[in-house]
Amino acid sequence: MSNVIDVRHAAVSYGGRPVLHDVSLAVAGGDVVAILGANGSGKSTLIRAVLGLVPLSGGEIDLFGVPRAKFRNWERVGYVPQRLGAGSGVPATVGEVVASGRLARRGIFRWPGAADKAAVRAALTDVGLETRISDPVATLSGGQQQRTLIARALAGAPDLLILDEPTAGVDADSQEAFAATLTRFQARGGTVLLVAHELGPLEPLIDRAVVVHDGRIAYEGAVPEPAVHHGHAGHDHVHPHAAEERPVICVAPTDRVGN
Amino acid sequence: MDLLQYDFMMRALAGALIIGIAAPALGIYLVQRRLSLIGDGIGHVALTGVGVGLLFHQSPVLSAVIVSAIGAVGVELVRERGRTSGDLALALLFYGGIAGGVVLVGLSDDSSNANLVQYLFGSLTTTSAEDLLVIGVLGVAVLLAMLLLRPVLFAVSNDEEYARVSGLPVRTLNLLMAVTTAVTVTIAMRTVGLLLISALMVVPVAAAQQVTRGFRTTMATAMAIGVVAAAVGVVVSAEVNTAPGATIVIVALAGFLAFTVGGGIWQRLRRGAARKPAVAAEPPDVVLHG
Repeated sequence: MSNVIDVRHAAVSYGGRPVLHDVSLAVAGGDVVAILGANGSGKSTLIRAVLGLVPLSGGEIDLFGVPRAKFRNWERVGYVPQRLGAGSGVPATVGEVVASGRLARRGIFRWPGAADKAAVRAALTDVGLETRISDPVATLSGGQQQRTLIARALAGAPDLLILDEPTAGVDADSQEAFAATLTRFQARGGTVLLVAHELGPLEPLIDRAVVVHDGRIAYEGAVPEPAVHHGHAGHDHVHPHAAEERPVICVAPTDRVGN
Repeated sequence: MDLLQYDFMMRALAGALIIGIAAPALGIYLVQRRLSLIGDGIGHVALTGVGVGLLFHQSPVLSAVIVSAIGAVGVELVRERGRTSGDLALALLFYGGIAGGVVLVGLSDDSSNANLVQYLFGSLTTTSAEDLLVIGVLGVAVLLAMLLLRPVLFAVSNDEEYARVSGLPVRTLNLLMAVTTAVTVTIAMRTVGLLLISALMVVPVAAAQQVTRGFRTTMATAMAIGVVAAAVGVVVSAEVNTAPGATIVIVALAGFLAFTVGGGIWQRLRRGAARKPAVAAEPPDVVLHG
């Protein structure tokens, strides 16, 4: 059986500057894989390459066994960006934003039917925001907006969820809601690829961690323990245990001055 | 109201109403993408099209549609690249558009200043039956496209990357928006003029969003405001003998002001009612020192 995601020797450059070099990564069906790394390590670029949002300068990526350029079954992929887009002055309700998640499945010319409305409601219930369906998204907290984006991805009933820093700057309640939603998604047989700076309550879910450093995969395996990555100079910005590490974050600038 | 007995007034009113409903239906997507001024820029480019038409003795409306559509597609391609120089490229295109228009109109046989002013600020009462047919057909086409494609256009305008990952034909939809913007600008040229058309796309949306909570309701409210502003503007302009285009825009702006003030008062009243118990429950020593 082919992998859900198969990245082979992928390279990405922005304006001639290489961001990813020779990255290979395979994600099998039902896996929950976390990509960890410092800001600027290339971890977000890796998932953007998988989604086809940035062009490859080398290598290949297959989605569900199909080369990315020929891949058309986008309804199987649910993408959760880091934050709500543009945020223009035009108001939109939570329900309207989540309804966009049905388009990949429904197509352009069909209008939403009962099944679409039911899927929107079910997705919002999954993330615990069913009572906010008619509220403008701008009135929600950052964590609730993030949950709205997860609901949008879930509304299309995808087989694969790709999340870009889903828990960055999100309150504890929303992080717990997030973990519960992803646990249920995995139990349904879903595959998850997420980028994170800190795992927090998501950690028990993760089958495998991939650490990206300087555009290359520096580590792949179990979620690294603090002791392991403390000993490894390249991984100083990975904080899977934020609470335990707070003192380290405080002294870090002093270290840098010393160096 | 006796004025409506005249055919030319009826045609003026019908043309204004079609633009009044179609312009905000398109404009809401432009506002959502933070492209509120794009209609203005395309209007500048359309003037070159008018000049081309007058110079070659062709229909200025047709040549304006073609030239402004080419301009709009060019703008979209610049925007798509997302370069920082995009802003400057747009400025060059717009100024080139208006300067080219003024020069070309001047070179044509029909080079009176009155003619130029007619395209810049509208000339609603000279709408012919043929003009009205063009406005009607194109206006209804724009309106239908904006209404029927609402879920898709909302998705693309709200989050273009997400739309791309949903497998939507983002580029085609963006080009469709560019061309419909050009068409709307050109048919509204008669009603409010090239320099004021953007106002009819944007002001009703700005007014509506002061009081609405969702996209669909904002769109419906903006279209209603557009129609009312067009109707009131035409009637008032006839009664007090002012330029219809500018009068329609003034009425729409008055609507914006009324909705902003009204919405603000309404929200303050609601918030005040909701806050009262919370204030009473707050501990008296919230202001701590250090």
